Amino acid sequence: MALYNNHLGNRTTRTFRNTILIVLLLLFALATLFPIYFMLISSFGDPVEAGAISYSLWPGKFSLESYKFFFAFSEHSYRWILNSLIVATVVMVSNVIFATTAGYAFSKINFRGRALLFAILLSSMMIPYQVTQVPLYILIVNIFQIQNTYQALIMPTLVTVYNIFLAKQFMSSIPREVLESAKVEGANQFQTLIRIILPLSKTVMAVMAILTFMETWNTFFWPFLVTNTMDMQTIQVGLKNFRFANTTYFAPMMAGATISALPMFILFFSLQRYFLEGVTVGAVKG
Amino acid sequence: MSRATSRARNRLNRGDSAWAYLFIIVALLVYALFTAYPVLSAFIISFQEYSPRGSTYIGIDNYTSILQSELFYKSIRNTIIYTVLTVPVALILSFAVSIMIMPLQKRLQTTFKAVYYLPAVASGVALAVVWLWIFDPMSAGVLNRFLGFFGLDSQNWLGSSSTAMFSLVLMSWLSSHGTAIIIYVAALLGIDSSYYEAADIDGANFFQKMWHIVIPCLKPTTLFLLVTGVIGSFQVFQNAYLMTGGGPNHATTMVGLLIFDTAFKYFEFGKAAAQSLLLALMIGIIAFLQFKFLGKDVEY
Repeated sequence: MALYNNHLGNRTTRTFRNTILIVLLLLFALATLFPIYFMLISSFGDPVEAGAISYSLWPGKFSLESYKFFFAFSEHSYRWILNSLIVATVVMVSNVIFATTAGYAFSKINFRGRALLFAILLSSMMIPYQVTQVPLYILIVNIFQIQNTYQALIMPTLVTVYNIFLAKQFMSSIPREVLESAKVEGANQFQTLIRIILPLSKTVMAVMAILTFMETWNTFFWPFLVTNTMDMQTIQVGLKNFRFANTTYFAPMMAGATISALPMFILFFSLQRYFLEGVTVGAVKG
Repeated sequence: MSRATSRARNRLNRGDSAWAYLFIIVALLVYALFTAYPVLSAFIISFQEYSPRGSTYIGIDNYTSILQSELFYKSIRNTIIYTVLTVPVALILSFAVSIMIMPLQKRLQTTFKAVYYLPAVASGVALAVVWLWIFDPMSAGVLNRFLGFFGLDSQNWLGSSSTAMFSLVLMSWLSSHGTAIIIYVAALLGIDSSYYEAADIDGANFFQKMWHIVIPCLKPTTLFLLVTGVIGSFQVFQNAYLMTGGGPNHATTMVGLLIFDTAFKYFEFGKAAAQSLLLALMIGIIAFLQFKFLGKDVEY
């Protein structure tokens, strides 16, 4: 027995009820997916100014001219994708390494100051990012003077507290006995981490990798603030510049938006399970 | 524990601390440099008139000038309006969807969850670019064409101060609610079926079960989503920045955007730091009140 009464009434009533539910769910899905659908089908239109066309809500044309138009906008447009790829990959790898090791230390090793240090890290998740934004900008641009470099794009998010929290949460469920026996056999903490913890933590590492990659790929304001030449910009910043330079070129704009979003769609469809799992792993009470 | 085993244990644990510090050192350095230092620095800068060549200490002038600025209060009002119009609707929508998903087969459930999550993986800039065309003020704009279908007049959605805020709210309603839906579904599955069995014996109908079992059992989840939703909404400014720039006539200037403009349009870093600390204070108070008044019988 559950919330829904599955036993009363006959089969037809149940099928009828489920059909109505599915129709309602589909309508809501259509509403939230419409912008993405509209973006995709419009991106295959011709690169002409908006006044000259009446765009359609149905797929009709298939031309890649608008994509060519987008890439022709700047000699660095391919570089934007490469930059995003480099930054997102480095941030992803470093987060997986350092959040995993820190998560392991905080969940399984007894050391002086453990509880205090973790509480300090965790409390920083309450601070709105506006507070750190200005001083961080001053630090990178005026003190370190590394604006417009990969270091500036990468360093502030080398390892995030959220990922450490995620790793610690997940590893807390690994039984202590497993680790004790490794210890009795003479393994040091590094060997235990590599041989026992890592194989058991593949899921959380995959979740971290995917979510971190996606977040870094999609991030806009930080690269927008610390880059000032086109060759160092990421695809999101490039897309914004394209948008403001070509306000009337409708289809190329949609092509640009598609280019910036498509890699994440592909990632999502191939690794969907980890995306959905990430939500529930992250939401468990701390 | 006997002395012998405790000694053995000590021998086993020897070197653990060293490894632990090695494992967390990078995290601590990154935290110290890019979170702790900036927070401390924000406090200091907020009492200064910042200049890269040497700042001057001006006491609480930044704070007093913010608290006397009409725009600051307007931005708070805009933020509150946006939050009140978006967060509860998001909660109700995701709750309704997760309830409707429940009786379906597992495979269908997963498909729907994925579909609702999908818009969240597209970048904010890409979605803003698309929505700018949906809100296009020409009669060819998608939303205006939709209205024209019903014989309604075209609107200057983002350009008129009476509709600009509503446009941003509409965009939020039709964005991804996947995260909240997934969390609600997980919580629904966690409700003990004995409650439903007892209710069935008492002859309770669907709505009575909803009211007496589901809603009370999901209260912690709802509170979690409410608090995180409100905190998130108070920091929102990317859509306002990309879609309206805060206009027209500051109708969509939220606190987050005001801070951004103060810092990176007018380069008044001290004032921006002070504004951001006031925002942090507001968020802290709101989160505290929500837990105090709504969280009475919720256990953590």
